[in-house]
Amino acid sequence: MSGPIASLRRVWTTDPRQDPNPLVYFVLAVTAVAYPIWAQASTDGQGDFLISVLADAGVYVLLALGLNVVVGFAGLLDLGYAAFFAIGAYTYAFLASEHLVVTPLHTAVHLPFWIVLLIGLFVAAGFGVILGAPTLRLRGDYLAIVTLGFGEIVPRIFKNLGEWTSGVNGIAALDKPQLPLWIQGPWSGDPFAVVQDFKIIGSLGFYVIMVLLVGLCIVLVNNLRVSRIGRAWMAVREDEVAAAAMGVNTVRIKLLAFAIGAAFSGFAGSFYGAKLSLVSPENFGFTVSITILVMVVLGGMGNIGGVIVGSLLIYSIIFLFLPALPPLAESWATSLGFGSLVPPDGDWPGIGQEVQRLKFLIFGLILVLTMLLRPQGLIPSRARQQELVAGVHDEPVIEDLEAEPSDR
Amino acid sequence: MLHAMKNARAGLLAGRRGRLMNAGLALLIGFSLIVLATKAVALGPAYFIQIVVYGFADGSIYALIALGYTMVYGIVELINFAHGDVFTLGGFISLSLLPVFGLIEGQSAGPEVILPLLAIFVISMLACGVVNVTIERVAYRPLRHAPRLAPLITAVGMSFVLEGIMFLWRGPFNLHYPSLLPADTIALGPTGATIAFKDLAVIVIALVLMVSLSLFVERTKLGKAMRATAQDRDAAGLMGIDINRTIAATFFIGAVLAGAGGMIYGLYFNNVVFDLGFNAGLVAFTAAVFGGIGNIQGAAIGGLVIGMIQSLSDGYFDSSWTQVIIFAILILVLVFRPTGIMGMRVPEK
Repeated sequence: MSGPIASLRRVWTTDPRQDPNPLVYFVLAVTAVAYPIWAQASTDGQGDFLISVLADAGVYVLLALGLNVVVGFAGLLDLGYAAFFAIGAYTYAFLASEHLVVTPLHTAVHLPFWIVLLIGLFVAAGFGVILGAPTLRLRGDYLAIVTLGFGEIVPRIFKNLGEWTSGVNGIAALDKPQLPLWIQGPWSGDPFAVVQDFKIIGSLGFYVIMVLLVGLCIVLVNNLRVSRIGRAWMAVREDEVAAAAMGVNTVRIKLLAFAIGAAFSGFAGSFYGAKLSLVSPENFGFTVSITILVMVVLGGMGNIGGVIVGSLLIYSIIFLFLPALPPLAESWATSLGFGSLVPPDGDWPGIGQEVQRLKFLIFGLILVLTMLLRPQGLIPSRARQQELVAGVHDEPVIEDLEAEPSDR
Repeated sequence: MLHAMKNARAGLLAGRRGRLMNAGLALLIGFSLIVLATKAVALGPAYFIQIVVYGFADGSIYALIALGYTMVYGIVELINFAHGDVFTLGGFISLSLLPVFGLIEGQSAGPEVILPLLAIFVISMLACGVVNVTIERVAYRPLRHAPRLAPLITAVGMSFVLEGIMFLWRGPFNLHYPSLLPADTIALGPTGATIAFKDLAVIVIALVLMVSLSLFVERTKLGKAMRATAQDRDAAGLMGIDINRTIAATFFIGAVLAGAGGMIYGLYFNNVVFDLGFNAGLVAFTAAVFGGIGNIQGAAIGGLVIGMIQSLSDGYFDSSWTQVIIFAILILVLVFRPTGIMGMRVPEK
């Protein structure tokens, strides 16, 4: 059951109503390849912005995939996930920029992007263990509150330790990723040449890295899900006492989920720092944690395809749809003959501004309505759906395990 | 036999561990108190009393919000993220009612102000109650049997909706709230310390509300129904308690207290803003956990303690570290005493 051909056949043979994931992966893969081509073609080569947007969305996909391990697989509620994101981003900022010169250390560190990516991963995982080890014994909801507190503390520490982190201004001018060797050619608009220490600056480069990282993470998470560890997570999620009775070391397995989730977040944070070339404490607040949680729950907790769709959807609502509304409303008002609504007039702030003010309300209503209509998420995990809809376990609900026996 | 021995040993180990953790917590508290004391002595007693009074006033407001969190959590196990915004709504509704009742800035703060203020107080409280019950009906009740996180997300959504409504209503700015409480101060003995009348008013109003809530829950039939539903919803239903009505009543009472808190906040700090409830709610929720979530007296005490910590930290340390300190204490409390400072009473909820 591996290799591209087998995967393709699986897309073909699986009924999407039974298991939409192969179809979702297929559509995502095709879109990932087609998107930059479409973006460049439809804008006459000016599509860098569009590509960059999707690369940013990829950061959120990574975050949602990681949080899905914690919330969806292991059933632990993490309300401070952005803290690990911040830790990853600041790790990159410290280890790959000139910034440390202005701190009491007085020496800059410039480690390569690829190495810092791994360092960010381990640093965040380390913090996950430090936070999780004493607190994972707590009942589920208390864990949520501890993580919430942690999520509030970390950005404030980064903000307050101005001597090390430049406070609210954040750290700017972070290093760009480099490839040791790269071949230029007509595809990048240059003559053939072998370049050493090629710097990835363009948004297409970041996009490609992002797609590769997301692909890698999907494979990783999927393997985890069907492994012994994944089954232990699900057992703990469904019934902790029963899982412990079956010989699962629940504290260790929860700690593992927590650390792996944190690792994903740190990983995404490092990439985010490199892409944006700037980290600031304002970017990692409670809102970010909640946004990621919304992505996971709304997409379909525990289901990787659903989580990816959820994160892309929420990302596009927050960063594309809502900001695009005010100008849209203005142009509609003008073309429908309500042009007088556009400029501000007395108490009326102008239709653009008014729609701008509506965005909280619209986002809130989207969340409430989606959850009311599909409480189990847009693309729920099969096991969950059967539990919810059928209620009785008519058929085995252990996902795919019979298809892929593994005992890693 | 072997099993029993194993159990006994586990209990002993847990006991030792618990004692160790309590000792650790005591050490930590002792250390912070010593640091605090040295600073307090250096700055004089008048300043200290002032800080403590502020702490009580802040803490009473937090306690009012925390009660709603704790009651709702106790009965439906939901972190009602919209609760902080119901608190803000109380401030907004009362602010809009002030001119209706002819109360404006600079009005002589005499007895003729009291009656309309009281009327506004009651109307805003009831309005907040109605809003919260509506939210419960629309966004939480349909999801009572859905996966646990679904109502959490609708709670976040409702929080955005409320903030959005207030944003639309009065815009994104800091709104001035007229100061209508008398500015008199009461001298406290020879220390030179004073208590402002409004500090006292806030503390007294909050205290009255909290005591009446506590009496309500302990003495009335509905209060009994609430406690029963919190303990075991199904069993309570079998005993003939109308679960839906009881839960709605819980949301109503929680919101009434939050609405009162919102108006008190406005009168006390003289400003409100649409996203005020976000941070206040977070801190109040911390207070609820601090006192042992689900525990009403715990929430009140938790609110006062958090208010006091905030005031002491603002007064003697650096206010930019205050929230770090509050949340660090929260984590430590949960690590050392997972059921909160009043945790012993948790089973009652």
